[in-house]
Amino acid sequence: MLDRDLVEAAIAVGLSGGADFAEVFVEDRQSVSAFLDDGRVEELTSGRDRGAGIRVISGETTGYAHTADLSAEGLRHAAAAAAAVSRSSSNPETVVLAPSEPGGTTVVTYPETVPKATKVAMLRTADDAARAASNSISQASARYSDGRRKILIANSEGVWATDDQVRTLFSVSCVASGDTGMQTGRESIGHTMGFELFDEFDVADLAERVAKRATTKLAAKPSPSGELPVVIKRGGGGVLFHEACGHGLEADLISKGASVFKDRVGEQVANPDITLIDDGTMAREWGHFSYDDEGHAASRNTLIENGVLTDYMWDHIRARTQGRGSSGNGRRQSYQHLPMVRMTNTYVLNGREDPDEIIAQTPYGVYVAQLGGGQVNTATGDFVFGMLEAYLIEDGKITEPLREGNLIGNGPKVLHDIDALGNDFEMGHPGMCGKDGQGVPVGDGQPTLRVSRLTVGGTAA
Amino acid sequence: MTDSNSLLATAQRVVARARGDEQIEAYAARSKSTEIRAHNGDVESLSSAESFGIGVRVLVEGRQGFAYAGSLESAAVDEALVAARDNAEFATVDPDLVMAQPDGVAAAELDLVDPSLGSFDVARKIELAIDLEARLRSIDEHISGVESSDYFDVFGEAALASTAGFAIESAATRAGLTAYALAADSDGITQTGFGWSVSRGPGELDPGTAAAAAAERATRLLGATKPQTGRTTVVLDPFVTAMFLGIVGSTFSGEAVNKGRSLFADRVGDEIAADLITLIDDPTDPAAYSASVFDGEGLASRRNVLIDGGRLVGFVHNASSAARAGVTSTASAIRGGHTSIPAVGCRALGLVPGDLDRDELYRSVGDGIVIQSVAGLHSGVNPVSGDFSTGAEGVRIRDGELAEPLREFTIGSTLQRMLLDTVAVGSDVELMPMSASGLSLAIAGVTVSGQ
Repeated sequence: MLDRDLVEAAIAVGLSGGADFAEVFVEDRQSVSAFLDDGRVEELTSGRDRGAGIRVISGETTGYAHTADLSAEGLRHAAAAAAAVSRSSSNPETVVLAPSEPGGTTVVTYPETVPKATKVAMLRTADDAARAASNSISQASARYSDGRRKILIANSEGVWATDDQVRTLFSVSCVASGDTGMQTGRESIGHTMGFELFDEFDVADLAERVAKRATTKLAAKPSPSGELPVVIKRGGGGVLFHEACGHGLEADLISKGASVFKDRVGEQVANPDITLIDDGTMAREWGHFSYDDEGHAASRNTLIENGVLTDYMWDHIRARTQGRGSSGNGRRQSYQHLPMVRMTNTYVLNGREDPDEIIAQTPYGVYVAQLGGGQVNTATGDFVFGMLEAYLIEDGKITEPLREGNLIGNGPKVLHDIDALGNDFEMGHPGMCGKDGQGVPVGDGQPTLRVSRLTVGGTAA
Repeated sequence: MTDSNSLLATAQRVVARARGDEQIEAYAARSKSTEIRAHNGDVESLSSAESFGIGVRVLVEGRQGFAYAGSLESAAVDEALVAARDNAEFATVDPDLVMAQPDGVAAAELDLVDPSLGSFDVARKIELAIDLEARLRSIDEHISGVESSDYFDVFGEAALASTAGFAIESAATRAGLTAYALAADSDGITQTGFGWSVSRGPGELDPGTAAAAAAERATRLLGATKPQTGRTTVVLDPFVTAMFLGIVGSTFSGEAVNKGRSLFADRVGDEIAADLITLIDDPTDPAAYSASVFDGEGLASRRNVLIDGGRLVGFVHNASSAARAGVTSTASAIRGGHTSIPAVGCRALGLVPGDLDRDELYRSVGDGIVIQSVAGLHSGVNPVSGDFSTGAEGVRIRDGELAEPLREFTIGSTLQRMLLDTVAVGSDVELMPMSASGLSLAIAGVTVSGQ
């Protein structure tokens, strides 16, 4: 992506002020997005972004500068700006860069080799399928997007890593209208893979599912309010763990005292059935990569094992402070952003129970088939997540559909309140995780489970 | 600070290449920004950045294509034009798809650039971030930490040229301080609070205000408990009101109306809100954080009344949504930078303030809950169905006075009901670092879900 001598020169400029560490991150991103709405293909957008970010660390201070100018001059300028935080001067050491095995070589069909007409035709297929699924569908939209992100990371510790990340995504959303007003449904399929995604997943099936979800909700009644048992369908609620404890296990928040999980490694923080993994190596999943955005190989990290907190997630800078290695969780939205600790694919391993039995043994509660996004305050542990598709459980049976709303709980408490864990693990939907203004793709998954009490944010008494 | 001629010249060079049957619009943008985070009396990180790019929209025979490049080099710009033309080939023919035409409305004289930003030394920016952190740590004995203490500034400029004859340039500066405070009680239970100070330039930033707001919000939640489930009146804090208005504003998008996604599509002229409510979208207000001279298609910004004394007046439109609806654009094209085509939306929303100051408003409510912050607006609010449910924390109002703090509960209603159930609008207007301003807003009959 960039000549070795240019990169070495930029690192040398970064170190010239006596800094402890200098890094060059180069990114070349191409994307295509096609959007159908109101029965028309309204938009086909393609874009290209290319640039470099240079990071210099001196003591506890990080300097960062980025540029879209990848010439020797542009890189030198950015490196000097980043190095302005350095406070001493010394003779730069010579850096020997050691290339590691290139990442990201499993793609079968690169999306840029597929004709645009083929991509647009899928939008039509989805639109037709959604409108055919139910007479109540009054509006539908579909989006296809693909992105290819090539990155190079080189640093003063000799790292030279490259990755080639290809992600493909298809989303459908529908509006259903009836006497009760309008309701919506939406869902995406997305994987870290090429156009072969559509050999496995049918966009018409997706559209039909979304249309049915919107139509079902026309009959939905207001959700109950107050504390109730909540059963979450497999694959529908990994975001629970992402919010309830995932963010709280990020070492940057730990180091600021902004997490309820600080100083709790080795403690029983969850029901003993719970084992929580964050796994960037999980090929094809939405949060997968070969190298993170600091050049560390992706890794499978056990965060909670049999209910005991085993480790946090680490990036380069936080790990360095603790004299340990990064866990491969240093990620950034683009070359315009500083890396920080981020999740990858975060999931809970199977328990032993039959999912049907979990429902049957719940006299009254809420069954959530699909969760939406969520948000957490890691310092207090309070978190929310939305119910996109939910039903009442009465006498151990799933009954009426419920209107949308948020659930609220406290992370450390909810981990202990999980009182049933199914044996039907599934990965969930592709997600975009936001932190400090940066979005990165993440995955999640879990088996069917029950929380003995969560506060359901409905409007019914 | 930078040579802005080249932005417009670059955009015009693209437009000049339009073929006979083509309409072209080119939007070129550049921004220069600084972000500083302080920690333990020192700089934790300092980022300085310059970004630029161009978005090219081509309309040919009723079909639209778009492409962008994160570069202004001629090869990259050429590539974007070629891609936009190619992309147009695959779009559906749509006779209502139009580009904005100059409409003779005069551009407001807005002074959105603080020239002192360019000469404000990095060392002084660092001092502001460090000062903010130091003030926060010493302001109250319960402050146990500072999650973040940040300074930021941005100088943004943009140029738009089109075959319709637009050739405009605009620029704006912004600077701000933001802080997240951590407060802990004797049991080590932590609460958080957010504070900020924003302005056009660094000279008017006030670390004292930002620190005091963050500290007060965090410390007043110490000892918070979960409320009982029930119905009550809530008072949205100005910050929460601004977020609420952002969601309400999305239902007034002419595009949502055209496509059957707005709650209020057929309600023009109806009483959709309490008569206390007059909602205006006015990007020509120089005090608005998101004030701007032009909209995303080059039309002069203007003041649009959406709700007048509870009655729905109309919707906001860009050129295409207006053409489809058979009306004229309200100069409400919004752009998310150079990487996207102009959409439709409110640009600087605000409620006309009422007569009650904050204390008077609390007294008029008598018993209720002040909502200090909300979580999960993106996951629990559906602007199409109107369902509204969000996580919340705040402080009880008892007999008109602030009482005990509350947390880990949700508030629920519908957008339709919340507009109609508004019982008081405060006089305490606050400008926010977002596209709506805020004030205290009291809404009755909201379900609080807790214990």
